[in-house]
Amino acid sequence: MAEPISGTDSEARELDDVQFRFRNDEMVDHPAVTVDAFVGQTNASAVRIEPGDDARDLLLHLDRIALVEVNFPSFGDGRGYSAARILREAGYAGELRAVGDVLIDQLSHMRRCGFDSFAPAVRLDATDAERAFATWPDVYQAAVDGRAPIWTLRHGGRDGGGNG
Amino acid sequence: MYQYDRYDQQMVDARVADFRDQVRRRLDGKLTEDQFKPLRLMNGLYLQLHAYMLRVAVPYGTLSAAQMHMLGTIADKYDRGYGHFTTRQNIQYNWIRLEDAPDILSELSTVEMHAIQTSGNCIRNISADHFAGAAADEVADPRPYAELMRQWSSFHPEFSYLPRKFKIAVIASETDRAAMRLHDIGIRIHKNDAGELGAAFYVGGGMGRTPMISHLVREWVPLDRLITYAEACLRVYNRYGRRDNKYKARIKILLHEIGAEDYAAQVDAEYQHLLDQGVEPPFAELERIRTFFADPSFVQGLSDGVDQSDQAFAAWVQQNTHLHRMHGYTSATISLKPVGGIPGDATAAQIHLMADLAKEFSFDECRVTHAQNIVLPHVEQRRLYELWQRLDAAGLATANLDNIGDIIACPGLDYCSLANARAIPLAQKISQRFADNGKEAVIGELKLKISGCINACGHHHAGHIGILGVDRKGRENYQLLLGGSEGADTSLGKITGPGFDEDGVVDAIEKTTELYLAQRQEGERFLDTYRRIGMEPFKEVLYG
Ligand code: SF4
Repeated sequence: MAEPISGTDSEARELDDVQFRFRNDEMVDHPAVTVDAFVGQTNASAVRIEPGDDARDLLLHLDRIALVEVNFPSFGDGRGYSAARILREAGYAGELRAVGDVLIDQLSHMRRCGFDSFAPAVRLDATDAERAFATWPDVYQAAVDGRAPIWTLRHGGRDGGGNG
Repeated sequence: MYQYDRYDQQMVDARVADFRDQVRRRLDGKLTEDQFKPLRLMNGLYLQLHAYMLRVAVPYGTLSAAQMHMLGTIADKYDRGYGHFTTRQNIQYNWIRLEDAPDILSELSTVEMHAIQTSGNCIRNISADHFAGAAADEVADPRPYAELMRQWSSFHPEFSYLPRKFKIAVIASETDRAAMRLHDIGIRIHKNDAGELGAAFYVGGGMGRTPMISHLVREWVPLDRLITYAEACLRVYNRYGRRDNKYKARIKILLHEIGAEDYAAQVDAEYQHLLDQGVEPPFAELERIRTFFADPSFVQGLSDGVDQSDQAFAAWVQQNTHLHRMHGYTSATISLKPVGGIPGDATAAQIHLMADLAKEFSFDECRVTHAQNIVLPHVEQRRLYELWQRLDAAGLATANLDNIGDIIACPGLDYCSLANARAIPLAQKISQRFADNGKEAVIGELKLKISGCINACGHHHAGHIGILGVDRKGRENYQLLLGGSEGADTSLGKITGPGFDEDGVVDAIEKTTELYLAQRQEGERFLDTYRRIGMEPFKEVLYG
């Protein structure tokens, strides 16, 4: 699994404290607004999804969004995973940032659902996180990270195939 | 039986390493108990009243002899010499040390087993008809579809933090032996007029404090769209499912609140969208899986019939065997409900013996049933007597399948930290009472189910007679329910009235069965009589 491109301990930006970032474009430098505010406003390019929000409300505006933050007030609330995938499946290519109660053991799933930056409320142990991002040598199901699932590999898909 | 390839093995090995690391971080204090809890739960590890409990997954209830042996070995090595088979076709060990858990998982992985997703708010181990591949009335073996769903649901990136646990069952016959309508999703594989197989999806069933029977959400999902449709069902649930109140977080409540039709329409929209997203496995994968479930090398041309001159044997044959689709074969159920015993418990020695018998008599295969018994699916009738003698010698030949002694009971207050009342000693008393009064055989089919609290792990709502343990001013009290069923004719039991204490409820059950015996008409089971005469006469004998 790819190394984060930026964001280690030295790179503490203001706004959200992004610890891991898997993209190399410029970070958006203004705060994200709520989904409601965003939909009614023309010049914002960063929006923040709370668990009760419907990510599909943003689908008409994807071309003017550079950053979507998805808030996890509690790691056990998994609505943000669906929100992330819905955006990616609709073709959103901007930054997708997990913020809030983001912990080591959720990182690999979040990556698979399309998150490419992480701003945990409490900084994570870098070694543990590195291991977590690399948890799965292969994956069972298709998601939005472009990895060929095992059942594709088995039947001659990308990365070889056949039954080992 | 399904066998892992290097990918499957790699996934399980990765999880063992992952969990070992999590336990290390917990023991190092890097993880709080709150943070560790969902992680250990996803690996089947619960903190119970006295110790950790480990629940090991038995995918669709199917085990090889080697796997069964491993379960016996773990019972010996890490528990107190027992395993407890559960209503989800799994096995639990009640006396596990946290430090041992990674080693246990590591041993399990050597026989292609694990404890993945046997608890936590994720898609749980998929269950299936325990007579799959053997029953005369099935249109197909449901397990290839269950296996495909096992892979899809394992470590699912989007659905690992659902509002609540999520249970899926797959069947492929008209008769429902897996309580399919009482699952979050029940899938029935069936045939259309053109002879093709497809899947009917039933959504929103469940027990717990608000029991509900599922709704048919889509009658026909083509087999090459199975995963896409399931993904759509889950996504709509995950988007909506409430997190604010855990008692309202199950999908059955969502369907109840927005209506099954609205839910179905939203799933359909999501399904149309997902069809373009490439989430469906190649059809060749389903075909690959099917080859593992091809028929074993049955002896052809055997005739049916067994010599039943030994009366005890005859009673067991009549009670504990099930019609097989091959002439000369039968499916034999080993009752884990000896008179006065703990329902679903087996000693390490018994587990090893059942493993040997699976190897010798049933093509290296056995099954766990949701009624907490073990099935040898493919036994030659001409060897049945020999099998029975071996079982009898080990105390495993109790002839009580589906009778009042074949009680389903949850662990209750003896182990479970959520319990209001004990379930095991009550089951033992009832079983003893009906053995002593000799009425068990006379009464015939009567499914009795006991839960130690409203969470309904003992499926009390679905018992012909159900018992629910409640707390009444600090004392254990038992409510009695009548008329539940989980079969083709699924229904939910109704409470008779005020509860009873432990001895009182045993008496009440005896009175209930006496009324049935007095009222029954030719050929009626207890459930049939209850449905005909209704609750009133029972209330009268109980409280009148
Ligand atoms: S029904 Fe209640 S007491 Fe019984 S196992 Fe479930 S949670 Fe525990």
